Amino acid sequence: MSITAAAPAISIPAPVAGKGYWRLVGERLARDKVTLVVAAILLAVILVAIFAPLITAHDPYVGRVANRLKPIGTPNHWLGTDEVGRDLWTRLAYGSRLTLLTGVTPVIVATLIGATLGIVAGIGGRVVNTLVMRTMDVFYAFPSVLLAIAICGVLGSGVRNMILSLTIVFIPPVVRVSESVTTQVRSLDFVEAARATGASLAMVIRHQVIANVLSPILVYATSLVSLSIILAAGLSFLGLGVAPPNAEWGSMLNALRQSIYVNPVNAALPGLVILITSMAFNLMSDGLRSAMDVRLPR
Amino acid sequence: MLVYALVRILYTIPILLGVSLIAFGLIHLVPGNPLDLLLPPEAPKELVDQIKAKYGFDQPLYIQYFTWLGRVAVGDLGNSVFTGEPVREQLISALSNTLVLAIPAAVLGFALGIFLGAVAGFNRDTWIDKLASAIAITGVSMPHYWGAIVSVILFSVILNWLPATGMGPSGGLPQSWEDVTHMILPVATLSLIPMGVISRLVRATVLEINGQEFTAALRGKGLRRKRIIYHVLKNAAPPAMALMGLQFGYLLGGSILVETVYNWPGSGQLMNLAIFRRDIPVLQATVVVLSFFFVLINLSVDVLQAAIDPRIRR
Repeated sequence: MSITAAAPAISIPAPVAGKGYWRLVGERLARDKVTLVVAAILLAVILVAIFAPLITAHDPYVGRVANRLKPIGTPNHWLGTDEVGRDLWTRLAYGSRLTLLTGVTPVIVATLIGATLGIVAGIGGRVVNTLVMRTMDVFYAFPSVLLAIAICGVLGSGVRNMILSLTIVFIPPVVRVSESVTTQVRSLDFVEAARATGASLAMVIRHQVIANVLSPILVYATSLVSLSIILAAGLSFLGLGVAPPNAEWGSMLNALRQSIYVNPVNAALPGLVILITSMAFNLMSDGLRSAMDVRLPR
Repeated sequence: MLVYALVRILYTIPILLGVSLIAFGLIHLVPGNPLDLLLPPEAPKELVDQIKAKYGFDQPLYIQYFTWLGRVAVGDLGNSVFTGEPVREQLISALSNTLVLAIPAAVLGFALGIFLGAVAGFNRDTWIDKLASAIAITGVSMPHYWGAIVSVILFSVILNWLPATGMGPSGGLPQSWEDVTHMILPVATLSLIPMGVISRLVRATVLEINGQEFTAALRGKGLRRKRIIYHVLKNAAPPAMALMGLQFGYLLGGSILVETVYNWPGSGQLMNLAIFRRDIPVLQATVVVLSFFFVLINLSVDVLQAAIDPRIRR
């Protein structure tokens, strides 16, 4: 389990004029079959989450105990049923909502905060940089899972606390990546040139810095989503996140874990969808990385 | 080199202080009084005051912090509010149980990761590369608690080859074959993530180094493939080592989910128990000690890296 942003070393892609660059990225993505397939999978997961009530025939919270742990392929329950007889497909479809929400939200919030802090640290003077980066070092001293579990454990279970704890965990690595790319961009010739021609600091930040640090930060954030989904589902799995009977993949996996001797296939299903979704985000990040020509951390 | 090491060691002091501050602050994250966690709301006032005094909660916050820090510095981690026993003994036993899994898992994961990454990198775009990369991405995308469940389903429920949960009869270091059988599944599961992460890094680094001029020069010089591989891997070592340090730390701190599935009495399970019992001293101590280890591991990796690669010492 890792936030793999150990000291990131990022090369800035050759600066290309705004529109041309994004068009180039789009063309490269369109030629990348793996990324296209992965994008289709992610789109499907999102559509399932949005239209869950339309594509399922059962109530996610109601089941008949007489119907419990029916195998895959049972008439009327094509993915079988769970430990209290609820339709598993319905539960998984509804579960994608909370799983995506708790997995994606921390990364979005952490990216907004982290990128701002990182850019400020990269552009600001030595004092600001030291202040921000050394504070982040302290957070880096905790293994990420440990910190998330400790914060969530103290704050108490629940969706809000889980999102909060994961956000805190993801801010430091985003700050590091953003600071590192900002420092590199700042020393490039075209920024000097802009300053020399009289552009204000605000203009340089807007046109030169942000335009050029956006791709690496975006690529890095996509790779974090995969980890975030695993961790969020993991917190629920431990009973620290979404509480039953709410449908969420991690807590479903935990509940079904007791049934591995009765119906192992059903018991493993929620984890399989976590794996597929997390892998899709990882591959998406890989695809974006090569399309945007970004070299990311090690 | 010595100067670098010294500076690096000195630098960990403020980091450790920061870590202790956060771990201490954890209980004050809770809205209201930290005692609310320990006592039922209907507890009589005398009892509340008595406990307040016992745990020092009647003192100002900074005095509480320094008292706590002073005790932690000399190895006194306090007593569990649940069992009343010293946290230190519990933590030492739990941590050694975690190490029994983490060390072999790290060795296995790193060895497989380096092998897969190197094989993929040196055979770029062949089916070998694709297979190795597919294994690696599965490793990094796998929810390891699910991997644990699937391995139990396969090897315990269906095949009945290995025990599903628990530690062997000896406890602590494995002393019999039976002890070892209890370790196989958790170690294999824990090794998956470091395997994937290291493999991806090694592959990327090998590709990068292969594209540099000096490897072309080595080839031009007529060096045999084996020697070239040696040179490339030697150059790929420092970044891989940094990542291994981090990964080992994650194995210590992140084993909580896997330990839960395998019912392994390690530091993760201790922490899990502490959370559900609201046993703040145990939780605090686990966080501080694990982070302390994590900082030390990263420190030694940094120094070791600098010893290998003079460029880092600049």
